[in-house]
Amino acid sequence: MGKEELEKRIVLSPDGEPIEIDPINDYFCQDLPEVEKKSSIAILEKFQNWARSRSLWVLGFGTGCGAIEMRPLMTPKFDAYRYGIQWRPTPRQSDVFVISGYLSVKTLKRVIRSYEQMQGPKYVIALGSCTINGGMYWDSYNTINRLDHYIPVDVYIAGCMPRPEALLAGFEQLKKIIREGRGEGANLYAENFEWYKANQKKIIKDWDMPDYNW
Amino acid sequence: MKELIDRLKTSYTVEDYIQQRSDLAHITVSKETAVDFISHLQRVEGYKHLVILTAVDWIEDGKFQLTYLLNNPEMKNDINVKVFIERENATMESIHHLWEQARTYQRELKEMFGIDFPGSPGVDKPFILEGWHDLPPYRRDFDTKKYSEETYFPRPGREKNDPATYMKQKLYPNE
Repeated sequence: MGKEELEKRIVLSPDGEPIEIDPINDYFCQDLPEVEKKSSIAILEKFQNWARSRSLWVLGFGTGCGAIEMRPLMTPKFDAYRYGIQWRPTPRQSDVFVISGYLSVKTLKRVIRSYEQMQGPKYVIALGSCTINGGMYWDSYNTINRLDHYIPVDVYIAGCMPRPEALLAGFEQLKKIIREGRGEGANLYAENFEWYKANQKKIIKDWDMPDYNW
Repeated sequence: MKELIDRLKTSYTVEDYIQQRSDLAHITVSKETAVDFISHLQRVEGYKHLVILTAVDWIEDGKFQLTYLLNNPEMKNDINVKVFIERENATMESIHHLWEQARTYQRELKEMFGIDFPGSPGVDKPFILEGWHDLPPYRRDFDTKKYSEETYFPRPGREKNDPATYMKQKLYPNE
C-alpha cells in the first residue's frame, strides 16, 4: 500500500458516476482492540488453554535469516508436526508468530500488519539475539533493537542462530506458558495499545495504514 | 588488454590506468566524458555486461567515486571505469539508456549516498528505506551508531569486549 492510495479522491463508479472515497474510513475498520475477558469458569479456561497449547499454528512469515531454521522443522528431520505445530499461509489462520531474526524497519511494518490481523489469543516467539538487543546489528541504521517495544513477546530464544532444536524447546516453553494461562500477549497489546503504537510510529516514518489492521 | 587501452587512449583522456590482473583493468575518466566512454566500450569494444554500479565515499577528498564494472563476455575480461564526482550536490549523468537495469543501481545510489541521476526513471522513489528523512546512510559522515541509539530503544546492559584482549584474559589469565 502506498500513501497516495489512502488519500481522499474521486473515482468513477461502475455506472460511470463520480463518487468520493476516503479509503482509510471506507475500506478499514477504525475500532481499537479490546481486552478479551477470561472465562469465568476456571476449569473451562484451563481446558481451553490446554487445547490452545496442543495446536499451535505458526504463521509462515520469515523475517530474517532465522527463517531458514524453520524449514528443517517442517520437514521429517525435526518434524514439528508431531508436537501439534504446523505452518499456515495466512495471518488469519495462525496464532503463533515466529519473528525469525533481525527486523528492518520496512519488515517491521509488515510484521505489525500481520500481527494485528492474527486472531487472538496469539503468541510471539522471538528467535535469535537480534530480537533481544539487536544482536550483531545493534548499531545498524535500519534494524530495530528491541522487539518487545513494538509487539508483546512471549518467548525469547537467544543465539545467533539458534538451532532447530532450540526452536523446538522454545515451542515447548510456549506450550507451558499457555497452559499456565500466561500467554496473554494479545491482551497486553490491547491494554498498552497507545504505548506500542507510539513506539511503532516513532520509527515507521511513512505510516500508511490504519492504526489497527483488523 | 594493452592494445585496447592504447586504442582508447588515442580518442579519450584517460586520467589514470591500473592493470590489476591480466583480465581486470581500472580506468579513471573525467565526469564529462564518462558516459560517452562507457557507451563506446559497450557498443564498439564489446563490454556488453554491466556487472555493478556502485560508489565509494572519499570524504577526505570531498569526492564520490563511481565504479562502473563492465564485462566483456567474449574476451572474458573486465574493465572498471572509475569516475570521481564532487561530494557537494553530487549529480551524475544517467546510463539507463545503455543498460535498463542501471536504473535500479541509480535508485539505490540516490537513496544510500544521495547521488542524483536526473532523468533516470523512478530515481526518487524509496528503494529500501521507507520514509527516510536523515542523511543518506552510506555517507561516511552519517553516524549509524548514534542514529541507532537515538532511534531504536537500545537495551541497557549490553556489554562489548575487544575480542583479542578478552580471549587473552580468558585463556591466559596469569600473563
